[in-house]
Amino acid sequence: MALVLSEDQQLLRDSARHFCQDNAPISVVRRLRDEKSELGYDEAIWRQMIELGWPGMAIAEKYGGFEFGYTGLGLVLEETGRTLASSPLISSVLLGASLLSEAGNEEQKSKLLPQIVAGDLRLAVGVDEGPHHAPSRVACSAVKEGTEYILTGTKSFILDGQTADKLLVSARTSGEPYSEGGISLFMLDANAQGLQIQRTTMVDSRNAANLVMDQVRVSEDSLLGVEGAGFTALDTTLDIARIGVASEMLGSVQEIFQRIVEYLKQREQFGVQIGAFQALQHRAAQMYSEIELCRSAVLGALRCLDDPSATAKDRAIMASLAKAKLSEVSETVSNEGIQMHGGIGMTDEFDIGFFLKRARVAQQFLGDASFHRDRYATLHNF
Amino acid sequence: MLALEQFRDSTRAWLEENCPPSMRTPMVPEEIVWGGRDALFANPESKLWLDRMADKGWTCPTWPAEYGGGGLSSEEAKILAEELGRINARVALTSFGISMLGPVLLEYGTHVQKMEHIPKIVRGEIRWCQGYSEPGSGSDLASLGTKAILEGDEYVVNGSKVWTSYADKADWIFCLVRTDFEVPKHSGISFLLFDMASKGVSTKPIQLISGSSPFCETFFDNVRVPAANLMGRLNEGWSIAKRLLQHERTMISGFGLTSGQGDRGGTTSTTASLEGAAMHYRGDKDRLSDPALRDQIAQFKIDSEAFALTSQRSSEESKQGGPTATSSMLKYYGCELNKRRYELLLKAMGSQGLGWDGDEFEEEELQVTREWLRSKANSIEGGTAEVQLNIVAKRVLGLPDMLSLINKK
Repeated sequence: MALVLSEDQQLLRDSARHFCQDNAPISVVRRLRDEKSELGYDEAIWRQMIELGWPGMAIAEKYGGFEFGYTGLGLVLEETGRTLASSPLISSVLLGASLLSEAGNEEQKSKLLPQIVAGDLRLAVGVDEGPHHAPSRVACSAVKEGTEYILTGTKSFILDGQTADKLLVSARTSGEPYSEGGISLFMLDANAQGLQIQRTTMVDSRNAANLVMDQVRVSEDSLLGVEGAGFTALDTTLDIARIGVASEMLGSVQEIFQRIVEYLKQREQFGVQIGAFQALQHRAAQMYSEIELCRSAVLGALRCLDDPSATAKDRAIMASLAKAKLSEVSETVSNEGIQMHGGIGMTDEFDIGFFLKRARVAQQFLGDASFHRDRYATLHNF
Repeated sequence: MLALEQFRDSTRAWLEENCPPSMRTPMVPEEIVWGGRDALFANPESKLWLDRMADKGWTCPTWPAEYGGGGLSSEEAKILAEELGRINARVALTSFGISMLGPVLLEYGTHVQKMEHIPKIVRGEIRWCQGYSEPGSGSDLASLGTKAILEGDEYVVNGSKVWTSYADKADWIFCLVRTDFEVPKHSGISFLLFDMASKGVSTKPIQLISGSSPFCETFFDNVRVPAANLMGRLNEGWSIAKRLLQHERTMISGFGLTSGQGDRGGTTSTTASLEGAAMHYRGDKDRLSDPALRDQIAQFKIDSEAFALTSQRSSEESKQGGPTATSSMLKYYGCELNKRRYELLLKAMGSQGLGWDGDEFEEEELQVTREWLRSKANSIEGGTAEVQLNIVAKRVLGLPDMLSLINKK
């Protein structure tokens, strides 16, 4: 499959870039942080994104979407990464809508997906139960009682969990933690009885939440898919989201690097531009090489999502490849972003620190480099 | 589209009929065909395969048919490569004439020069070597001092070259010579073609750390070369030299590409894949038992795959298919990957990967030791890793050049 963008895709990317630069620049993140925003994103900007059709990018037409493919959504996310524009695109669309599409029945999909596209419904997805990504390590329990399930347990690091209308969570209907069988998926109302949502203020100024479920009762209609067989749909959804997050990281990494190169040409010491020093030139050239690999990895992974002949295993391999590579390079480039700017890079007034903070959260989210290298090795049978 | 499908069908049928059975097995080093006046064919079917492919011009698929090339479009050449890959066909002819000289000869040579040399490259009749580096001119190649003085209608060449790959086996040389000593170093270089059988040419193989001698010292003592063998304009050889280096880098960066999954090649042996070797030499069944090595191999395979995608993207982006400014990045990264591959292979094999000689080691294991040592040259030949990084910094990123800043002051 070709690794060059079509004309339509280039147009989409250019318009997304202009939108983010003009309407969602990095000063917005700074303002949200200083205001201690409850949402963690700007509602008015999100409304504009909805008007641009971004939430419906990868959703089927029959559910109100535009079927522009994951490559299209990935290009948009890449541009949001350049200005660190936060929105429910990751929580509600990339994770929420994908999980509904993968696991939901026809009624759930035709009722809820159009609401997501229209921006009338915000979802959040709770997977992990500890400080590290481990989607099969589910201890939360769901016990069937009559026509209801009773959910008990905790979930952590739920992106936009405190502002979602509904939460999708994994819970165990049988088996032990780390067993992929026995995991079921449920949809809860944010105001359900027994549900406590505790906002966590993260270093990147986007908000996540922890969840405590104490005997939360949901009707059996709230089950997504088949009881005990939810892991496959969950993992496929996570792979879509991992690739989407890698796209966002790609935008951030490219933006940091562009700022580094500009600074190397502008800053003078010892009577010359510091970019003339070979010690910095070689590090910059190495970063350039790694970022070129990142671009190919992300594009290859997005193409794989849009390729109808690709298997779930193909997608899993490409997702782990992209997320591992981007997590690794994102760490290097964000650190160099500080180092190469010298003292000014350490100041809050300067923007580069925002990229460092977001980089680490994005690296951890849905599995860091070592998680995905381990998974990649397992997928290759070694 | 229809024409391309027809091309695919006819190509497939032709290959089915004309590719000999042993040419569909993995290549072994001693059967690589380099061509030349004294060409050796360890396997007679190699000769048959070469002649059949050369008759079609398919040893150089996209070169113009009027000079014996295949005359294929890039789409057709891609189909040919896919069909060759489908039956695991061996490369019929490997040569520096194909990978380095030919492309610049087509770009800069005269019609007469093309008519003389290109068909012989396509058919593997003449084997070329590269006269670039000199004892005092490595990374600073443009400081080269081999001189060519015009006397009547001949150049008289004196000087020496070093790291001349297979000079002792080559028939002709493409050689950088200094033709003007009064101008800045880049402006006095010319690009000369001549016969290695000329009087006054001698070669001396250099033994390397791997024990083999692929490179030579090459000496020129009053070698007389017809003036018509000058390629391009007098004293404008440096731009041809750089163009050729881009092709060389593209070729060398391919070392990092072998199968895109970090394997040594298309063999089914124990050392064919890193993880296979690591598990084999540890007696592991389902999972590699050394977690640190497992992580390193996974990272290597990820980088290999991302690199393969980058090479693909780079060739798709440069529509005309020629090398672009990214060739330095690809050369740098591909060579580092290949060196990593061999270091990991040694770790995978333990002491069995460190044999030098004798019956205690399989032939394949001894081969790995030699290949590991050979791989160290990857980041030196064709411009060092550091030179590639300099080129990326200046040409791609537009960072200032310290030397020219100092000279201005």
